[in-house]
Amino acid sequence: MADTILLQVTRYRPEQESEPTVQTYETPLRKDWVVLDALNYIKDKIDGTLSFRWSCRMGVCGSCGMNVNGQPKLTCAAFLSDYAPGPIRIEPMRNFPVVRDLVVEIGAFLEKIRSVKPWIIRREDKPITEGEYLQTPEQMEDYHQYSLCINCSLCYAACPVFGLDPQFVGPAAIALAQRYNLDSRDEGAAQRLSILSDHEGIWGCTFVGECTKVCPKHVDPAGAIQRYKLTAAQDWWLSWLMPRAKS
Amino acid sequence: MSESFAHSQFHPKWYRQRMSTYWWLWRWAYLKFILREISSAFVAYSVAVILAQIWSLGQGAETYARFNQWLESPVALILNGIALVFVLIHAVTWFNLAPKAVVVKVGGRRVPGILIAGANHALWLVISLVVLWVLIRKG
Repeated sequence: MADTILLQVTRYRPEQESEPTVQTYETPLRKDWVVLDALNYIKDKIDGTLSFRWSCRMGVCGSCGMNVNGQPKLTCAAFLSDYAPGPIRIEPMRNFPVVRDLVVEIGAFLEKIRSVKPWIIRREDKPITEGEYLQTPEQMEDYHQYSLCINCSLCYAACPVFGLDPQFVGPAAIALAQRYNLDSRDEGAAQRLSILSDHEGIWGCTFVGECTKVCPKHVDPAGAIQRYKLTAAQDWWLSWLMPRAKS
Repeated sequence: MSESFAHSQFHPKWYRQRMSTYWWLWRWAYLKFILREISSAFVAYSVAVILAQIWSLGQGAETYARFNQWLESPVALILNGIALVFVLIHAVTWFNLAPKAVVVKVGGRRVPGILIAGANHALWLVISLVVLWVLIRKG
């Protein structure tokens, strides 16, 4: 294995250029280094002006998502040696506006997450004196997979529907809505369905399935959306067959 | 959902990459998706051919013979051959995607997706064999 590897990094400095450019850096190629380590090496030793987001370095915070050789990846989990001999192409996540270099604007994404009411909704909260809302391990199993999302937004970078229509609520937000819908303690499914059962919601999804493939936490947002579609369709048929029944 | 925030005006230089019309050529996964979607058109075409055949049967022996003659023409053979491939792609991908939408639980445990897809494929095979048996028996 060679001692070094080339990184072709997208630069975008809005004060001096109107379009992104590519800058190539040579960094050490160490077996235990991930792409994020190489970017930090560049920042510390070669070019302090390079901007990128990162925090935990262990696949928990979801900050360091970028496109590595065209694939949305957490750079803290993408080993350099897997891309040897290189060069490795590092780009900001697709489908998001680029603020600077590898930093993308995620304000709209966070707003989408908030819009699906990702918290437990009760018709009536029981008094604290009555204790907590209990749940069996089997009931927890129903939504556990969807609760593993770290909001890294790689699924949005992989989703062509979101790329073509930025208004699309998107994979992570819908999977998060399912996480609460399937929670036995929650009673807010009807509220969320009214938000998500329109064209920019679940029906915007054409089931490309790439969101599930790139998810570093195996949340399976594509599966969540298809399950949601089935529930919405069942609700629609029930309301049509039994208009007076209350869901 | 609005994409404009209070701070948007202070960032007039966000770079927004436009998605190319040919985005589906970027990646094999996207191309596969487009082929799967296009397969719907061939399903519709196959239905139209069958309906046309039934209609021609209702018009009398001569029209029916003429229609069957068209079915034997090279153009129809090539077209129907392509349609068959896409209809098969459509069916296989549809059944493979079924476990994503359908969650079945037996005894509190979730049935693995491969069994749900497998059951769909098995049912498809059985129905196809029954149809084949009916056709051979009558023929």
